[in-house]
Amino acid sequence: MSEFPAYFTIWHKIGIYALRFTAAAVLFFLILPILVIIPLSFNSQPYFTFTEGMLSFEASAYSLRWYHAILENPNWILAIKNSFIIGFFATIVATVLGTIAAVGLASPDMPMKRVITALLLSPMIVPLIIIAAGMFFFYTRFNLVGTFPGLVIAHAALGVPFVIVTVTATLSGFDRSLYNAGLSLGAGPLRTFMDVVLPLIRPGVISGGLFAFVTSFDEVVLVLFLAGPDQRTIPRQMFSGLREQINPTILAVATLLVIVSVCMLVTLELLRRRSERLRGVA
Amino acid sequence: MVLAVSQVSESETRPGPRRVAGSSAPAARAFQADRFLQFIDVKKSYDHKTLVVKGFSLDVAEGEFITLLGPSGSGKTTILMLLAGFESVTGGEIQINGTPITRLAPYKRNIGMVFQNYALFPHMSVVENLAYPLKVRNLDRRDIDSRVEEYLSLVELSGFGNRHPAQLSGGQRQRVALARALIFEPSLVLMDEPLGALDKKLREQMQFEITRLHSKLGFTVIYVTHDQTEALTMSDRVAVFNDGVVQQCATPDVLYEQPENAFVADFIGENNLIPGTVAEIAGDRVRVTLAGGQEVLTQRGDVSGTGTDCIVSVRPEKMFIKPSDHAYDSEITACFIVRHYVGDFIRYYFELPDGSEVTIKVLNDLAAPKFDEGQNAQLIWQASDCFAFRAT
Repeated sequence: MSEFPAYFTIWHKIGIYALRFTAAAVLFFLILPILVIIPLSFNSQPYFTFTEGMLSFEASAYSLRWYHAILENPNWILAIKNSFIIGFFATIVATVLGTIAAVGLASPDMPMKRVITALLLSPMIVPLIIIAAGMFFFYTRFNLVGTFPGLVIAHAALGVPFVIVTVTATLSGFDRSLYNAGLSLGAGPLRTFMDVVLPLIRPGVISGGLFAFVTSFDEVVLVLFLAGPDQRTIPRQMFSGLREQINPTILAVATLLVIVSVCMLVTLELLRRRSERLRGVA
Repeated sequence: MVLAVSQVSESETRPGPRRVAGSSAPAARAFQADRFLQFIDVKKSYDHKTLVVKGFSLDVAEGEFITLLGPSGSGKTTILMLLAGFESVTGGEIQINGTPITRLAPYKRNIGMVFQNYALFPHMSVVENLAYPLKVRNLDRRDIDSRVEEYLSLVELSGFGNRHPAQLSGGQRQRVALARALIFEPSLVLMDEPLGALDKKLREQMQFEITRLHSKLGFTVIYVTHDQTEALTMSDRVAVFNDGVVQQCATPDVLYEQPENAFVADFIGENNLIPGTVAEIAGDRVRVTLAGGQEVLTQRGDVSGTGTDCIVSVRPEKMFIKPSDHAYDSEITACFIVRHYVGDFIRYYFELPDGSEVTIKVLNDLAAPKFDEGQNAQLIWQASDCFAFRAT
């Protein structure tokens, strides 16, 4: 705080403090709504506000009843199960396809690289509602609306761009002569890819996969259009919960989702550090 | 024919042509085949417009150490890429033991390669790096272990097996790369400026190391470098490359003492290139009128006819300053500019009447003369040390 340069006038200092205050305020308003739901989810009353008991930290004012409510409600159980199933398969499909696409795009003799990249990344840019509407009419023809494969394909399409972006970034630091070395030692292209390329770009593949999973996990627009009652996911259930039965169960689910997200962010960060270490020594 | 096929197949039981250690003198070598590796009019173009390699032809004998030497951009690395199969040829053919390999996938060619930046797999330990080509060939676990151990000691790295490439010094990485390229006993090993990233002392050590392994194991080497000292000291033959064409392919001494054209004369070692005109050609001797008007006698290089422009080349150490005990049959007058003290020798700079410069190396002894700037001196040499080449 006190290490301002000697030439600073009072106005410089006021400017600096104003900037710090604004930044703190922005952070506060972005983060607070997320943090505030965590204590509220332990509310023993069916309210969305802090009760007097909660504010004076009475043990009886807190409870796990809304967490129990999740477990007791078959709709929620189904939604959680669906979210993980759809997320899992969508992630696998997106990771495999995205990695292959990124490797292909990184090849020096790939024609029309820019056009294809733009095309593959478009699900990230085109408004979701347009994609959803398009997919709805398209999937009807193939009887994919209201089915699990339909949702998996739709979510995979949304996840692919993330995988392409992260894998491409990892590949940019990849030394192509390592691939040639694999070939010269007698390993075929596929074997070289599995033994040499994949282990080195794995951090990018995994973080791309995590992004794809999160994308699928909190996606609600496509689900609203494409899912039937059997395919309701967590976001879909929360969405309907908000309209139909207002109680803090939603907050309990939200808290669980926050925990899942934090775990993923930590994983991502650890992976990033690992890849930096690998690249630093390579 | 069966043998020829197995040379380039993935077969591990190939009877490797291991020669007896110590037979490194080229004359003592009984080559099994003079045409083990053949380039037949090989052409390469990356953009279908300009040729990077223009009709490259070369026969390599089994067990030979051939260096492709040339300035950067001369197409020498491209030749290596074509041979390894990372690039496909635009025209012509490459054959090993009479079998074309141009249509063979790189991983089926069984050619060892040492890359410029080592290209060791960073996520594998030294042992895993060495074992990889053997694992790919489905060798027995125990055979792999013993072979890895053998090659580790061959490159003097026993005890380093569990380290990762990042934990090794540059020279050690180079040894691992070398061992990895040799461990599956390829009959042909390619090296793409393998010593470029090492410092001078380490480079000399590794040059020795490579020639030692070469004479011990008897594989054929195609070595690419732009360092001519490296090329001259290590190779059986050197192919001097320029502009996508081989200018001359010969043993190091022939390359240095009997260059075939002005490029080779200029590129290999130090040389004085003096412009002149062919006055008379008599057998293998040529009389040249230098641009300054003086006449000298030279050997015939690639000059075509009387009256054409030519370049006279004389090595700085083959010229002497009068008075001198050395025999001579050519003499010119030149104007002294400056002398540089190098240590074991002294370098003299002279100017000829036409303005071209001449350098002479004189051993640093009591006979080394002193001149004033602008003073005239008589420079002498033997016609047998001097060539007349076509001016380019």
